[in-house]
Amino acid sequence: MFNQEWREKGTPSETLLRAVVLLITMVALTAAVGLIGTVFVRGIGAITTEFVFGMPVNRGIDGGVFPALYGTFLLLVLTAIICVPLGVMAGIYLTEYARPGRMLALINGSILNLAGVPSIVYGLFGLAFFVLFLGLGSSLLAAALTLACMTLPVVVTATREALLSVPQAYREAAWALGATRWQTIYTVVLPAARNGITTGALLGLGRAAGETAPIIATGVAFVLPRLPVSPLDRFMALPYQIYVFATQIPEMPKERMWGAALLLLTLVLTANVAATLLRSRATPAGRNH
Amino acid sequence: MLEDAIVSRPEDAGRPEIVVEVRGKSPTSQGAAPDAAGSQAELIADRFSLSFDGRPILKEISIQLPRHSVTALIGPSGSGKSTFLRGFNRMNDHLHGVAMSGSIYFEGKDIYAPGTDLAELRTQIGMVFQRPNPFPKSIFDNVAYGPWAHGVRGRRSLAQIVERSLRRAALWDEVSDRLNSSALELSGGQQQRLCIARSLAVDPAVLLMDEPASALDPGATQRIEDLIEELKREVTVVIATHNLQQAGRISDHTAFLLAGELIEFGSTSQVFTAPRDPRTNEYITGRFG
Repeated sequence: MFNQEWREKGTPSETLLRAVVLLITMVALTAAVGLIGTVFVRGIGAITTEFVFGMPVNRGIDGGVFPALYGTFLLLVLTAIICVPLGVMAGIYLTEYARPGRMLALINGSILNLAGVPSIVYGLFGLAFFVLFLGLGSSLLAAALTLACMTLPVVVTATREALLSVPQAYREAAWALGATRWQTIYTVVLPAARNGITTGALLGLGRAAGETAPIIATGVAFVLPRLPVSPLDRFMALPYQIYVFATQIPEMPKERMWGAALLLLTLVLTANVAATLLRSRATPAGRNH
Repeated sequence: MLEDAIVSRPEDAGRPEIVVEVRGKSPTSQGAAPDAAGSQAELIADRFSLSFDGRPILKEISIQLPRHSVTALIGPSGSGKSTFLRGFNRMNDHLHGVAMSGSIYFEGKDIYAPGTDLAELRTQIGMVFQRPNPFPKSIFDNVAYGPWAHGVRGRRSLAQIVERSLRRAALWDEVSDRLNSSALELSGGQQQRLCIARSLAVDPAVLLMDEPASALDPGATQRIEDLIEELKREVTVVIATHNLQQAGRISDHTAFLLAGELIEFGSTSQVFTAPRDPRTNEYITGRFG
């Protein structure tokens, strides 16, 4: 009985520790809820059909932000198409094929470091390499390639971690049945790692969706007369739109600025919710086929 | 630097860096000559040694395992019985830092000869692991995996193989009505029989079993043992076990390994009732291990 009570109440220091941890959790939660709540409360008034689906009028003071929404969407899709396959393949190589050793450790370390490079540096690199050297000009493609470079380390790292968490017993079982290395990866390892890879890729893309610095250097515009039709066109994007709304146009109604922020937030959160739904359908028990 | 794992073989790198303790002749005087193939022996190890990061694990093991019989590899933890077992289907190749010398012959051919097709080898020499390791897929897909990996595609032919294999593993009656449910929903004993069925689906001539019942309760163990008794009519079984009673019950021949050396090999009744080596006697009477 004494034991039972002890376990439930804990020692004083344990109680204190638990209180501190709870407090910190609450602070973090409040910050997240507060941020989303602020954006929602201040921005919801601006959200009308015209705002979401209309073209901007008078530098965006009237009309809508559709071209920016559309541009961010295109940019993300293009970035994903470029960086997810590359990142997943690199992750597969580094975990399943490469021989452990100093070289591999060096490569993995470099990739981790790349994930920490400030985004403006990626922007400058994109400007120098994609826009000028490769001659892509200020364009959707140049910006997507730049964002792909920035997101690649995140995807590679997420893939590596997801693959490493697949039990070795699965691989051995497949090998022992005479499956080749690639068959094993494709039919056993990748399906088991899919959730981790998807989550990591979406986190990386979510970060890319909000980036302003790399796209300023490589192709975004504040106002364009028409929607981009080719990857070599310039484009509008929500993060840059928000930046200009907030800092460059004094007479801009603040509500419109928050409205644009709300749209961006919704876009990223939708992608995350979609990933979660996708994940719960593909249960670990693998009844998804 | 990043090429696939390549195991150093005597052929390509002179003699590997193995410290071999030679104690006169091979302990059993069963010194297997490669040309003895074609006799009753199906698997022959000829002075097979293995080291891991320079540490010797197996020391010049020579043995001939008879066809269509059950051979038990016994010995205390760390004796190398599991590693030796994995030498027969080259599963050790996937570990980094492994060096091997000597040979293992299957049906007269050196399975460590350069150019050996591992996938082909492993369809003929199957393996069941210590912990049941079904894929996180359906029961059907688990059993169909091996044939599928070898190019069988028709749903009907796969279904035939699945039914036959599950029947051979004495699992059909328990799962025939839920072939599409997840293999992870089965009990531990059922999962292990599923893994046996999965191995049988590619029609191996040899089945290697690495302590297949050590994670199971007595009832499930009993069923696995009955199954092994059944299987040996068509398949050569090699089973590593630390359970001496089990070895005594199910095996025809017993090999006793100690610290990487083959101490004694003979018929199970001889090894258990009249061991030639005092160390064997000490082990089976429970004085160590």
